[in-house]
Amino acid sequence: MATVADTARKVQSGEITSESLVQASLAKIEASKGLNAYISVLGEQALERARALDKRVKAGEKLGPLAGIPVAVKDNIVTAQGRTTCGSKILGDFHSPYDATAVERLIAAGAVPVGKTNMDEFAMGATSETSAFGAPKNPLDPSVIAGGSSGGSAVAVASGTVAIALGSDTGGSIRQPASCCGLVGIKPTYGRVSRYGLVAYASSLDQIGTFGNSVADAALLLNSICGWDKHDNTSAQVAVPDFTASLAKGIKGKIIGLPKEFFGVGLNQDVRSAVMKALETLEKAGAVMREVSIPSFQYAVAAYYVIATAEASANLSRFDGVRYTIRSKDAKDLFGLYAKTRSEGFGEEVKKRILLGTYVLSSGFYDAYYMQAQKVRRLITEDFNKAFATCDVVVSPTMPTLPPKLGEIYSDPMAQYLGDIYTVAVNLAGLPASSQPVGRVGKLAVGLQFIGKAFQEEELLQVAAATEKLCAA
Amino acid sequence: MAYSVVIGLEVHAQLSTNTKMFCGCKVEFGAEPNTLVCPVCLGMPGTLPMPNAKAVEYAIMMGLACDSRIDTKAMWTRKNYFYPDLPKGYQITQQGENALYDRPICTKGHLDIDLDDGTRKRIGLTRIHMEEDAGKLIHDLTVSDSLFDANRCGTPLIEIVSDPDLRTPREAYLYLEKLKQILEYLEICDANMERGNLRCDANVSLRKDEFAPFGNRVELKNMNSFHNIEKALESEIELQAMLLDRGETIPKQTKRWDVARGVTVATRTKEEAHDYRYFPEPDLVRINVDWKHIEEVKAALPELPEARRKRYVEEYGIPPYDAAVLTSDKPVSQFYERVCAVTKDKKAASNWVMGEVLRVVKERTISVWDLKFTPEQLGDLVNLIGDGTISGKIAKAVFEDMLADGKAPGQIVKDKNLVVINDSGAIEAYIRDVLEKNQDSVVAYKAGKVKLLGFFVGQVMKASGGKAGPDQVNQILKKHLEG
Repeated sequence: MATVADTARKVQSGEITSESLVQASLAKIEASKGLNAYISVLGEQALERARALDKRVKAGEKLGPLAGIPVAVKDNIVTAQGRTTCGSKILGDFHSPYDATAVERLIAAGAVPVGKTNMDEFAMGATSETSAFGAPKNPLDPSVIAGGSSGGSAVAVASGTVAIALGSDTGGSIRQPASCCGLVGIKPTYGRVSRYGLVAYASSLDQIGTFGNSVADAALLLNSICGWDKHDNTSAQVAVPDFTASLAKGIKGKIIGLPKEFFGVGLNQDVRSAVMKALETLEKAGAVMREVSIPSFQYAVAAYYVIATAEASANLSRFDGVRYTIRSKDAKDLFGLYAKTRSEGFGEEVKKRILLGTYVLSSGFYDAYYMQAQKVRRLITEDFNKAFATCDVVVSPTMPTLPPKLGEIYSDPMAQYLGDIYTVAVNLAGLPASSQPVGRVGKLAVGLQFIGKAFQEEELLQVAAATEKLCAA
Repeated sequence: MAYSVVIGLEVHAQLSTNTKMFCGCKVEFGAEPNTLVCPVCLGMPGTLPMPNAKAVEYAIMMGLACDSRIDTKAMWTRKNYFYPDLPKGYQITQQGENALYDRPICTKGHLDIDLDDGTRKRIGLTRIHMEEDAGKLIHDLTVSDSLFDANRCGTPLIEIVSDPDLRTPREAYLYLEKLKQILEYLEICDANMERGNLRCDANVSLRKDEFAPFGNRVELKNMNSFHNIEKALESEIELQAMLLDRGETIPKQTKRWDVARGVTVATRTKEEAHDYRYFPEPDLVRINVDWKHIEEVKAALPELPEARRKRYVEEYGIPPYDAAVLTSDKPVSQFYERVCAVTKDKKAASNWVMGEVLRVVKERTISVWDLKFTPEQLGDLVNLIGDGTISGKIAKAVFEDMLADGKAPGQIVKDKNLVVINDSGAIEAYIRDVLEKNQDSVVAYKAGKVKLLGFFVGQVMKASGGKAGPDQVNQILKKHLEG
């Protein structure tokens, strides 16, 4: 498969046009409608942008590294073009007056957004089934989940409608669907990518990241969106290296930490053997395996659901019926308006999480839940720091199981929440991580997660790229 | 029965920064509704706040002016509640119920108030914290819906919370005056209650004596002037005392001041226990203030009313009372200082500013800077009296002319020929004339009614059109009457 960098070079040289790429992309979107990857498609607007880019090429202008490349954007990242629904009825017809910083930057790099992808409502879910627009389907096997919450972006890439896509990851929402759909997904360090324009689920955990068919593609897209932003107080003023520069450097001598807690009870045997086989390959290629420990791991899921829901309960307060799409008609007074609008506009999972978050912040429960969760969060960060004193990257399966059938865990919240067990700790510690396919069980893909040191995406992706090469061979 | 009163005040002061607390929108009073807005202050999906460094600096200035501790790792928090004037459904503030997150920019300050009996009292400041203002709901009777103006959304505020140190409504009034003075001297707030730049809530409770535990407190809101606050407190204290006398308990409640009826009215019948669910604002990092910056802000603080008052007494040699009056309002003190730059007679300058100038300013409810003449011109007038060019009486007339058209006093004196007549020949002529016309009085004077001297002086002054030098008139008159 041609890399995105190659395609962009061809657009730049005039060998192919952006318009033809966008046309092909739109045609594939139309053809794969049944997969339900997109909530809205930016047809004519995308073509217009592509034609403008082609004109600039003709005029001899140098476009960015994503020259003319169609890209899909998760529907919780606002775009001035089209609507931004967050997979919710409550924002069903919301049109943002501005572009998110990440969107602005990928457009500046020459990319062309072709559509907004399906997702769990407000990114709350791990299957994309909480979307008000129906769940997207996994191209590898339409009977299983595509993963979530960025399921639409994963399906958009896996079905070939685009080569790269933006997603967001609060507790695994990029890595897990990447794993389900057999793709590469990268969640960068918290603060790497501006959150300005990412509709907040859990502000201290949310991070925009990328999907691609290869580490190189996903890294190239990541390059274009990283860096400090004056609109985001939590964005880091740290230099951004070229993430693609070290991809060919190999894995020899890299110390890979295996946290013993991540390979314990609950890990599916098929997943375990696929992962172990990949690790053997890496060892043979010169990587050094070392056992590490993240003792606080067992509390990660609980802490995550306290902190994430607490923040969400405040973040979603603005959807109150006073502004935006939905306003309940039969409210008798102000508080009735709030209650009715929110009851009608939000789906079950969102309501459940708002209730949970409101509860854990309530006076009387605050210390037992929210404060306790913050302590766990600090412990997790410290545990990872200790682990990284003895290794370069940490490895684990991305998911404890193979992708379950659609509908199978939707009704079983505990099973769903435990599906995040390997991914949430990373968000609590604010670390960068990736997921990539390392094997198949039948039609289904198994994903391998690498976790890097804060702001060391370059090293993380070097290991991921080496793994990609070794395990494909 | 007499009770011990405990009053605490919470003052919200709107900071006069150019832009809002968390976005680049302008802060302006009286603009067209919903014209000073952007996605950030409208709380649109995906937007994030960015703190205004100037607002933080202003808050630190206020803290330093009140001897507060500045927290170099202050935090932002969210206060959650639903209301249509609050677009995000939470307010970004610096309050928190958990001590770990309750990190306001300033704590433990104080300010001194001067009581009417001449003693000073120190009032503690629990905290000064920053927060964003909400928008305004307008209930216009011509439309069925409520209207919303988002211009005020995100305007920077500081909330100044006093310790429960105030014991009388009068002390509360003096405290507010002092607070307003400091805000104005720092030039960080327009401190106008009618415009809502300054808002005040008062907590008041009664107890048996100073050693008894605090009673249930009542929170008073909706008072739009310092006088109303004083009156509302008086009324509420009277009411609480009456209820306690009857053996009733005071319910913990929120009341508003009904200006027209002069009573405090409960705003909510049932006590709603608000749970604001404060938690650290995840969109904002800690406010990192380094010591160097604090030192710089401290060094750049303007002279405060206390220091200025002291300086006037020491440097200008005017009485403490004058100094207090002149420094109570920054523009007045600035005006006075410019008068003093022109004249050596600081006390005379003080008399003029405290007397004529403040009288006119009060009567017309204008600022000293709205007067048509300059302080330098007033200084010239003071000098014209001091060097004997005109008499004090003439000076009053000149002042009226200056008020009317802003002409220089020297010019007025020249144009109207008001220079004092010091020529003894001319004065004698007036005197002879007056004595001749008042023979009876001359006889009476000589018979011992020496009090009539004043009458003769007055007549001579009148005859000279007020221009005769009074000292000389006195001298020459005496010579004539007694010689």
